[in-house]
Parts: sequence; C-alpha cells; structure tokens
Amino acid sequence: MKHLLGVEDLTRADVEEFLELANSFLEVTQRDIAKVPALRGRTVATMFFEDSTRTKLSFETAAKRLSADTLSFSVSTSSVKKGESLKDTAQTVEAMGADAIVVRHSSSGAPHRVAGWVNASVVNAGDGWHGHPTQALLDAFTLRRHRGPSLDGLRVLIAGDVKHSRVARSDVHVLTTLGAQVTVCGPPTLLPSTTEGWPVTITHDLDDALCDTDVVYLLRIQRERQDAALFPTLREYTARWGLTDERAARLKPDVLVMHPGPMNRGVEISSAVADSPRSLILEQVSNGVAVRMGVLFKLLAGDGSTSSTSSTSGATTAAPGAAGATSSRTSGEGASR
Amino acid sequence: MTVHSDTGSTGSRPAPAERPELPEIVLRGGRIVDQTGERRADVRIRNGVIAEVGDIGASLEPESAGAIVLDASGCVVAPGLVDVHTHLREPGMEEAETIESGSRAAVRGGFTAVVAMPNTDPAIDNVGTARYVLEQGRRAVCDVHTAAAITVGRRGEHLAPIGELYDIGVRIFTDDGTCLGDSQVMRRALEYATAFPGAVIAQHAEDPALVKGGHMHEGAWSARLGIGGRPSEAEALIVHRDIVLARMTGGVVHFQHLSAAESVDIVRAAKLAGRRVTAEATPHHFTLTDECCGSYDPVFKVNPPLRTADDIAAIKQGLADGTIDVIATDHAPHPAEAKDRPFDEAPSGMLGLETALALTLTELVEPGVITLERALALLSWNPARIAGLTETHGQPVAVGRPANLCVFDPSHVWEVDALALASRATNTPYHGRKLTGKVRHTIVLGEAVVIAGEVTR
Repeated sequence: MKHLLGVEDLTRADVEEFLELANSFLEVTQRDIAKVPALRGRTVATMFFEDSTRTKLSFETAAKRLSADTLSFSVSTSSVKKGESLKDTAQTVEAMGADAIVVRHSSSGAPHRVAGWVNASVVNAGDGWHGHPTQALLDAFTLRRHRGPSLDGLRVLIAGDVKHSRVARSDVHVLTTLGAQVTVCGPPTLLPSTTEGWPVTITHDLDDALCDTDVVYLLRIQRERQDAALFPTLREYTARWGLTDERAARLKPDVLVMHPGPMNRGVEISSAVADSPRSLILEQVSNGVAVRMGVLFKLLAGDGSTSSTSSTSGATTAAPGAAGATSSRTSGEGASR
Repeated sequence: MTVHSDTGSTGSRPAPAERPELPEIVLRGGRIVDQTGERRADVRIRNGVIAEVGDIGASLEPESAGAIVLDASGCVVAPGLVDVHTHLREPGMEEAETIESGSRAAVRGGFTAVVAMPNTDPAIDNVGTARYVLEQGRRAVCDVHTAAAITVGRRGEHLAPIGELYDIGVRIFTDDGTCLGDSQVMRRALEYATAFPGAVIAQHAEDPALVKGGHMHEGAWSARLGIGGRPSEAEALIVHRDIVLARMTGGVVHFQHLSAAESVDIVRAAKLAGRRVTAEATPHHFTLTDECCGSYDPVFKVNPPLRTADDIAAIKQGLADGTIDVIATDHAPHPAEAKDRPFDEAPSGMLGLETALALTLTELVEPGVITLERALALLSWNPARIAGLTETHGQPVAVGRPANLCVFDPSHVWEVDALALASRATNTPYHGRKLTGKVRHTIVLGEAVVIAGEVTR
C-alpha cells in the first residue's frame, strides 16, 4: 500500500492490520521514552491547507515517535499566499525530500490529486466532505479497546451534519466493514441527498435512536449551515439533535459517547456529557497518535522498503518486534539530544 | 432606405463569393449521405461550389486539369458538420484556445462552421467585440460565426443590443456558462427577440440557486465523494419555466446541452404540444456518467454535469425520436494549469470538436440507436437551420450547392491522444479511448482544408 487516500477500498483485513499495528505502537507511546527508530532517515511532511489542532499535532507526534524527520507546512505562512498552486506546493515539498506527505485540504479529492503529482506516499488527513481515514481508524481502534476485540453487531449511532462530514463518510465505511451496525441521524437537510449504497439505517428521530444504541458519535455542527437554510436555528438544532443533559440521563449506563472534535459545547453536545465518564473524546485523541504511527509505518516501511521482507504481512508482523528490539538504542539517542 | 440595406438590416450574411483561385477538387469513390438519401458518386468541386455529382472518374484528367483528387473510397461524403456551441476563448483566454486553433480542431472533426460562444473576456455582448470575432474568423480554416450574450456582461440584468447584433448576422443569443436565472429578464429577452426573425434565445438551463456550491451531478456518487451536487432538477426546472415563458411571449427558445432524463421528457411534451422549442445534447452527455468523477480528475468536470446511465438512455432516446434536434460539442478548452487543481477549484468544460463525430458513430450509430442519416441531421443540417446558416451549410450534396463537405471513414478505429489534438488545450476526457469513425477530408467553401486527416494550412 503506497497511499492512504480513502477507506472505501480497505477490506476488513486491511483495517484489522492497521489496528494491530496501532496496538503495538500504543505500547510504544506509553513508554518513558516513547520513541522507536522505525522511520529514522525518512521524512514526513504535513501539508495543511485548513486549520487543525489535533490532526496536525497528532501526525507530527506520530512521525517523531517513529524517528522520522518532519517538515511542517501551513498555508498562512507559505507561498500559497502568493498564489502557488497545490501541485507546485506538493512538488516543492517533495523536492525537500519528503517520503510521505500528509495532506489536509478543504477540497474533496485533493490528496488524490497530490498522489498523482508526486512520487511520495500521500496520507489523507481530511479532504473536504469526503474522508478522514485516520480518524475512522482511531475511532474503530478506540471502540475496539472498549467493546472489542470484535465490533460485530455493535450498534453505533452517528448524529449530526452527516452531509458535510468527512468523519461520517469514513467512519460509516470502517465501522461497518468491522461488522458494526451504523445508524445515522440528523435533520433531513444535513443528511446526504441520497444514501444509496450506504450500509446504514437512516433516522431523523434522535430520542428514538438513542434507545437502541451502544455508542453515540456526535458530529460538529457548523454555524454557517444555519445561513444556508439547512436548519432554522442552533437552538432548534440542539433541542432536536443535540446530546443534552436530559437525553444523556436517559441513556443506559454503558453507552459510550464520542466526538471527533473540535466540539461546540452546548450545541451538539452538552459540556457535562463531554466531560462525563462515558465520554471517550480525549482517549480518541490519545489513540490517534498510535494509529497514525501505524499508518506512517505501514506506508513507509510496511512494504519492505526498509526491511528485507517485501510482503506486506511479513513487514507487519516485524513491526512490534523491530520496535521493541531497538527501543533501548533509540532511548539513548533521544537522551543525548 | 439604401443606408438600411447597406448595413444589412435584414440580418442576412453575405453569400459566399465564388473562389476561382482555388484548384478544382474531385472526391473519388465515396458514398454520399445527406437529407436526400444515399448514393455512390464522385463529387467535383469548382469555384467553391459543387460542379458535378456522378461517375466522373473516367472523364477526369488530373494532371492537365490541375485538380486535387482525393480518395474517398470507404468513406461517407456528407454535408459539413455545424457546431452551434463552441467555446473559442478569443478574446481574453487565448492561452486555452484561439479562433484559429479552434477552427483547426473543428475541421479535423469534420465541422465546416462553428458558432462561437460569447463567454469571452470581454463578453461578446456588443457589436465591436462580435465584429472582432468575425474578423479573426476570416483567417480561420472553417466558417466562424458568433453567438452573442443575451445580457450585458452575461450578468443577467440588462439586455445586450440584440437588434444591433442581429444586424451583423448574430442569430444565437445566450449567456452560456451561466443560466439566465431571472424570470423577468428571460421573459423580456424572449419577447424582444420575436422582432427578429430567426433569432433564438439559447439557455444554459441550470437554476443558479440550486446548483450553487455544486461541482458534479447530485446523486450517489457526489454523496460518496463528498462533492457538492448540481441536481438534475436544476435543469428540469429552468427547461420547464422557459417553455412556459416561450409560450407566454411567442418567443423561440433553444436548450443547450440537455443532460437530464426529466428535461428530455419536458421538451418532448412541449414539442407534442406544438411549442417552438429546440434542444441540443453533447457527446459527453450520451457517453460518460458521473462515475467518471470518482478519480477526482477535473477533466470530467463539466456543466451541466455528467449524469447517470438512466440519463444517458433518455438522451439517446431523445436524439432518436426527434425530441433533441442537435448534437453540439460544448467544446470548452482550458489550459493545463487550470485543470491541475482539486476538483472543486477547477473550471468546468471539456474538449469536443475532434471527437464529436466519432462518439456519435461509436455510441449511437454503431449500436443502432440512430441511423447514419439521423446522425448527420443532428450534426449538420439541423444545427445549420437553428444557427441560420442554411444558405451555406448543411445543404444536400448536389450540383450548384456550396461546397462545405465532410468526408469520413465510418469504420476507421483510432485512439484519442490528448497531445495530438489541434486544440491548444488538452482537456479531453477521452484520452486513450478507442473510437470508431475518423474524418479523412474536410472541404470548406471549396477548399480542401483537411486532406487525409491533416490540416492543409
């Protein structure tokens, strides 16, 4: 696998492989010196054309913990302001020596375009409304740690602005691929105009849907949707589709709450619910680093480019071992800097 | 009164002058197909007109006569094709296409006349700019006509000087690229144009509010790809509205690039009800679906967008049963850097002149959707009629008629190569695709401008 552009073509085996890799790297992130030399000498560039806190930091942290060099690009301080095109920017970043380019862009398909213009591996870190593969993987990873190892039959309710959500598109695919039963809920105007081919149940009634789920996954609602006549007011939105304290009080005790962030506290989720024990929101963030380590490792080293094994499965099984065997040496290097 | 006739208040175009400087041409061994039927015959062209049709192989003395003898064996000899929808990009976007380069693409595709779209920079919304286009067109290898904007600057607010433009020969008025969305302005345009016989208001039918923020057909693929949609209903609504307005005003409306099944049904019903309405469809709307956008390659981005297999079936049905009158290219060149962008940031449009005939033959004639004669009606004499060009184009291949001819081999299989096209741009969605049917020779006003597939000047 050279790129991770979307999740549509990932099989259950592919997803499980990513999750296993993440599992072994989670152990690494919990060490005193959380660093392995798996990608030493390789360069990972983050190219973010949209503002981001967690995803950008998460990828850069993941790359550093794998001992890769990182190049960070953000649009506000770059030549994009002078009108440099995405193509020229990507090729420039590659010319600096990037082996992998992590792309966040407001245009759906921008990472696919970049992949056609460079030789480096391209990782989609969120493109328009299309996809957010590593978010979906970290969500699946987080759920597996609480309800796993199998997600077969797990009922997941995704509520909110599904139409404009790259997280929803990727999560629906990854979670159903792992056997979960996904229901999407929101006002009709914030659901895709057609969900033909989506393996989901559709509902507009949140109260009804909450009675019958194991996980509630809330999506960020953007205030500007109100201006596009997609719903009347935020007040009405929250009253119908927000996870308020009252609704949370009716949930069974073991129902989990997730959110990809950034949250609009008091809109799609109440502050108390976000901070409650059932909330996995911060754990999602922590797990993101391990998941992204797995993704970078798989793309840059997983196909045998740094080891003698050329088969995908061989490289994968080598990963935890390689990480463990060399950790002490890495610790030394880390300490000497 | 004499002043009036000098300025051409009847709006007629000057008849083609005789061209005695041109060498005689003989097309030998072809099969003539035109609106009068089909026959095997050679064609002799002299002074810009067809001088002889029949078996003239024996009476020919090529060397002494200095005639150009062109092999038409295995070929169809047809009236030259006419494109009522060509973006030649001049003035203002010459990096994408010029009138000259576009005309070369046209003749290689078998077109002897094209009608330039007015969404140039500045827009063709006044006599000065229109004259500039026609002047540049005189140096082109095909016959170049121009459409003009309905409204000033194509902004949909104030009517362009339709009468003045009519007087210099403009017949098609359109804000193409943009839909004329304001119902009152559209009503006035249709109403006003009834004063000018032969003038037609051509509509890019997509309700502006419904397609705002959209970049591809709204459906399963847009939902999956996360790209904003342009629903079929945006087209159907405007088609329906404009048919109502045409009835109200007695005006003549022509729908450009019909793409949706529902629109075809509405036009069919209007025609059955006797409304004065015509419609065109493009090769890409009967060949490609929205699934093509799955690669996020904006070479497949076009307005109206590529739709579904059901829509393609409806377009084909409309072409076959007479609901749709014309196949038009909507040839829309863009420079490479404009398409080297994310899908939603790239401009809409694709090349069409050099592939339209082959796609018609490959997708419609070969599978038996329409006959060859119907294909030529759609590509030649019907568009000539709508564009008001019947004095010179789309005429039967007969003695005394202007020699605008297209000679093509209907069974020649070739592969589209974006870099080998005559257009300045390369944004063809058919790169690498094998098509059946290729132009061998094109005769424009008695001159062989394409011989054996190559432009001669």
